[in-house]
Amino acid sequence: MKISLQEVEYVAGLARLKLSEEEKELFTGQLNTILQYMDKLNELDTADVEPTFHVVPHVNAFREDEPQRSMEREEVMANAPSRKGDFFRVPRIL
Amino acid sequence: MEVLTLSAHELYERFRRKDLSPVEVAEVYLKRIEEVEGRVGAYLTVDPEGALRQAREAEQRWRKGDGAPLTGVPLAIKDNICTKGLRTTCASRILYNFVPPYDATVIKRLKEQGAVILGKTNMDEFAMGSSTENSSFQLTKNPWGVERTPGGSSGGSAAAVAARECVAALGSDTGGSIRQPAAFCGVVGMKPTYGRVSRYGLVAFASSLDQIGPITRDVEDCALLLEAISGHDPCDSTSAPMPKEDFRACLGEGIEGLRLGVPQEFFIEGMDPEVEASIWEAIRVLEGLGARVEEISLPHTDYAVATYYIICTAEASSNLARYDGVKYGLREGEGDLREMYLETRSRGFGPEVKRRIMLGTYVLSAGYYDAYYRKASQVRTLIREDFDGTFDRCEVIVTPTSPTPAFGLGEKVHDPLQMYLSDIFTISVNLAGVPALSIPCGFSGDGLPIGLQLIGKPFDEATLLRVAHAFQQETDYHLRSPENLTQGGP
Repeated sequence: MKISLQEVEYVAGLARLKLSEEEKELFTGQLNTILQYMDKLNELDTADVEPTFHVVPHVNAFREDEPQRSMEREEVMANAPSRKGDFFRVPRIL
Repeated sequence: MEVLTLSAHELYERFRRKDLSPVEVAEVYLKRIEEVEGRVGAYLTVDPEGALRQAREAEQRWRKGDGAPLTGVPLAIKDNICTKGLRTTCASRILYNFVPPYDATVIKRLKEQGAVILGKTNMDEFAMGSSTENSSFQLTKNPWGVERTPGGSSGGSAAAVAARECVAALGSDTGGSIRQPAAFCGVVGMKPTYGRVSRYGLVAFASSLDQIGPITRDVEDCALLLEAISGHDPCDSTSAPMPKEDFRACLGEGIEGLRLGVPQEFFIEGMDPEVEASIWEAIRVLEGLGARVEEISLPHTDYAVATYYIICTAEASSNLARYDGVKYGLREGEGDLREMYLETRSRGFGPEVKRRIMLGTYVLSAGYYDAYYRKASQVRTLIREDFDGTFDRCEVIVTPTSPTPAFGLGEKVHDPLQMYLSDIFTISVNLAGVPALSIPCGFSGDGLPIGLQLIGKPFDEATLLRVAHAFQQETDYHLRSPENLTQGGP
């Protein structure tokens, strides 16, 4: 077993997913199969290999700090599931 | 109808000579969509009003003699590319009502040319899948065999091009999502070099792998579309500072003396014999045109699937954290904030997306990061170096796009690992960031298309297009189209 039902529950919590009992069982089985397959990578000795996180040489892309036109407020707010005036309304936090 | 047979570059000639008008053409396509959508299911949203408005504007431009190559050409757009004012869902319940307040850079560029956007195409939810069956809304059927999948994740775009429900389309490719459906549907599909095309406005799945690219009927249209959408964009910090290129300029130059690398690792056990035979035959066609074949090796190919599914799920788990029910999309749950997050995400995401978020969260979590994510990133270096080491021996690598022709609807959907393994020939290209395209190179005994993949050096799309174009001058696979789509229902 690479991953237990309890770990599946823990990871789901981290990812803010609420899984049904059925989904927990299903994912535990499927994730085990997939993670076992991934063990294949351990056949390779990578002790001296630098990781590649991005294929293009990354440099900071700066621009001049000048005001630019932003999106239309009303068009942005039109997507809000719940709003109050120009604010996004969310459940009480404190 | 004859209009439906015209490619984008042929339409351009007709528009220029005033033999046809963009409004006429848009009307023909809207009618075609009405006739065959019940059978194919390629579109999530069709926008007749918007399309006709854009067609009228295009007509004005042609009247003033101000036409660009894509002015008045009807296109379909994958539903993970933001279109201002036109619903963009990623085929997910969590974005079922999202109307982008801005255009993706590629859309902005197409609109500047005066292209006509017919609608948004179906896909695997958040581009996660290889059959378009992970769409939360509908199935798309392969126009060549309606009990087959169109491939995925850009299955709607590829099916729309094959079924002549648009002239050409845009897709996105994270691990093969343009090339594999293009192969399954018998059309041309290209994943450009990472950084060639701006990702601004592409809904992020795996940011170090995603690229937008064209899906077209022939190679010349592919060149035309790539030219239109590529180029540096300050809104995408990974966009490469490359000058605009004329990708059509070198199409007729021929391939005499060009070296084609054939990697032994791609001719594996379990490959469909008809696919293998078609690929070798295609290689012989290219040899007949003066190309030389070199046997090469990409020794880490066998590790690509495992590497990819660690990296892409890790990036996805982070990218998809933004869907919290606050600013757009679905919101569910009564009670407190945590409850809202949990309910929104659990009801909004489908099973494959949840599975990948789980896997990605796990491989990044404390105690497993080094064993999985770091390890995979190191193996990615080895895969990248495989390609680097090959390109001094050949200009283009030739492989099958997929080990089989289109598989059946329902065949792999309950076995995630089998579905992942169907991407075996396409994903190392994304890990290395190099460009590749798929072109039709034959048909199976069942009449299903087979795709040939050409892989090139970084930023050398021109050579890929030149080889692919030379092949299409010698063959007619790209000219065939599925029949009888208007008869009967699904």
